[in-house]
Amino acid sequence: MSDVLAITEHRRGDLRDVSFELVTAGADLVGDTGGDLHLAVIGGDVDGFAEALSLDGVDTIHTVSEGDEFNHDVYVQAITALYEELDPTYILAGNTVNGLDYAPAVAEALDLPLVTDAVGLQNDGTLEVTREMYASKVESTVEVDADRAVVTIRPSEWDAAEAAGEPAVEAFDFTLDESRVRSRVTGFEEVGGGDVDISEADVLVSVGRGIEEEENIELVQNLADALGATLSSSRPIVDNGWLPKDRQVGQSGKVVTPKVYLAVGISGAVQHVAGMKGAETIIAINTDPDAPIFDIADYGIVGDLFDVVPELIERFE
Amino acid sequence: MKVLVTVKEVAEVEEDFQLDGLRVAEQYLDYDLNEWDEYAVEAAVQIAEENDDVEVVSATIGPERSEETIRMALAKGVDRAVRVWDDALDDVDLLDVGAKTRLLSAVVEEEDPDLVLTGVQANDDSFGATGVSLASAIDFEWAAVVNDLDLDVDGAVANVRRELEGGVEELTEVDLPAVLTIQTGINEPRYASLRGIRQAQSKEIKPMTLSDLGLDGSAVESDLVLTDVYEPETESDATYFEGDAGTQAAELATVLREKGVGSQ
Repeated sequence: MSDVLAITEHRRGDLRDVSFELVTAGADLVGDTGGDLHLAVIGGDVDGFAEALSLDGVDTIHTVSEGDEFNHDVYVQAITALYEELDPTYILAGNTVNGLDYAPAVAEALDLPLVTDAVGLQNDGTLEVTREMYASKVESTVEVDADRAVVTIRPSEWDAAEAAGEPAVEAFDFTLDESRVRSRVTGFEEVGGGDVDISEADVLVSVGRGIEEEENIELVQNLADALGATLSSSRPIVDNGWLPKDRQVGQSGKVVTPKVYLAVGISGAVQHVAGMKGAETIIAINTDPDAPIFDIADYGIVGDLFDVVPELIERFE
Repeated sequence: MKVLVTVKEVAEVEEDFQLDGLRVAEQYLDYDLNEWDEYAVEAAVQIAEENDDVEVVSATIGPERSEETIRMALAKGVDRAVRVWDDALDDVDLLDVGAKTRLLSAVVEEEDPDLVLTGVQANDDSFGATGVSLASAIDFEWAAVVNDLDLDVDGAVANVRRELEGGVEELTEVDLPAVLTIQTGINEPRYASLRGIRQAQSKEIKPMTLSDLGLDGSAVESDLVLTDVYEPETESDATYFEGDAGTQAAELATVLREKGVGSQ
């Protein structure tokens, strides 16, 4: 019998999608073992969140009414207290920026093994976790040789649970040790403010690491101009300061859904794909035939962008 | 004030490679300093430049081979380094977060830093968890995925921005001592100067074994077992344009025009 405690996630008044994916992953993990799926909702509008999370497969939702926004010190205390109370086999969390801000501390505090960024879970008495390594070039299976574990799941790998259910909702009796809260969230800021909104563009020419040098950005800008498209980029280009942050497509940048997305010299790391997989038509130009970008591309050119792009510009001038 | 910055030499896998058991065969691996750690090192060196009496020490877990990479951090302004390795680590396929935490905790005990900087993750096994786990073990406060750092040494507070998903940043005050995991893009990592490279040759890289750290073989044992490593199946159903660049571009141009691109 495996009981699962899944920690849901919210930000600025809304539950995040990964919360619903955790329900699916948690229900799978409980499977036929006869165990229970517990959800924890910590902070914010806990009653509203609990209502939204009253889904099929969930047995009990534990609400912890403490603070409006995420604070990892509060989360660690609440989760360790819930663990002591419920004694679950597995704690599941999202492999998100906030998930990685508390899950490792929870595992350490409870002396449990931690497996992060799971893309697959199998539980036949022993938990087996599928993970990626070396920038997704290699996949691995990690066997958890322990009775209990903390696991974080990659967002968008599991379907979001939708079917309604009737779990019990219980307010968890928990007293926060204020002296152990040593960080304070003072606000949020949206990145951007530039004159270009890439999420509004119909056609995006997007440039990645393959462009090699800052002075080569001009080449893809010329292509964008010739096509009447807007120029965007993957993360390394912004990290290098070659384009402003508001041009960045991906998990930490903008999510875009243009009619046409032309990826030039972008390998297609998972964080990038999260921001553009909704594009209607995806075209990729890359020297590496195994680049993950081709897995989601509709059209591909395996070739050197410095050969292909000038030829393409010529045909639109 | 002492800043400890953890660094890791990581292997990048070449485009074409072969597996050898549970590892990528050695000849397809290129070793370099972990990308995130480049930014953590730069952040640490900047703190030393902006404040008086700051010592920057880097800690790494790695075999002797990694000294070349560690020396690059020394060339950029890190004062000295500690390198943890032990025969017991030679045959470990997966050094999990718990094991790294135990080793680095022992280094922290030895060095007694006021601030620890780590990269958000390493681009080999990508657990992304060691910094926060370490903070919990040594009872430091922490912040994960920091892309802006303003240190108030007198107030014993780090004012940070955490890079959340979707272009949102969280502004947070973190009490010191703390562990901060540093995101790429927080700064512009410098290139080592020739002078720096020369000076790095005489800087100390102190090797430490498990027993030097007061640990035994159990410290690197793990409940996680790597049982399989394989190449993911490619799922591509893309239509590829073949031929020379001119032919490829011509075919792509036709598709783009069909989609209404460039036809204003």
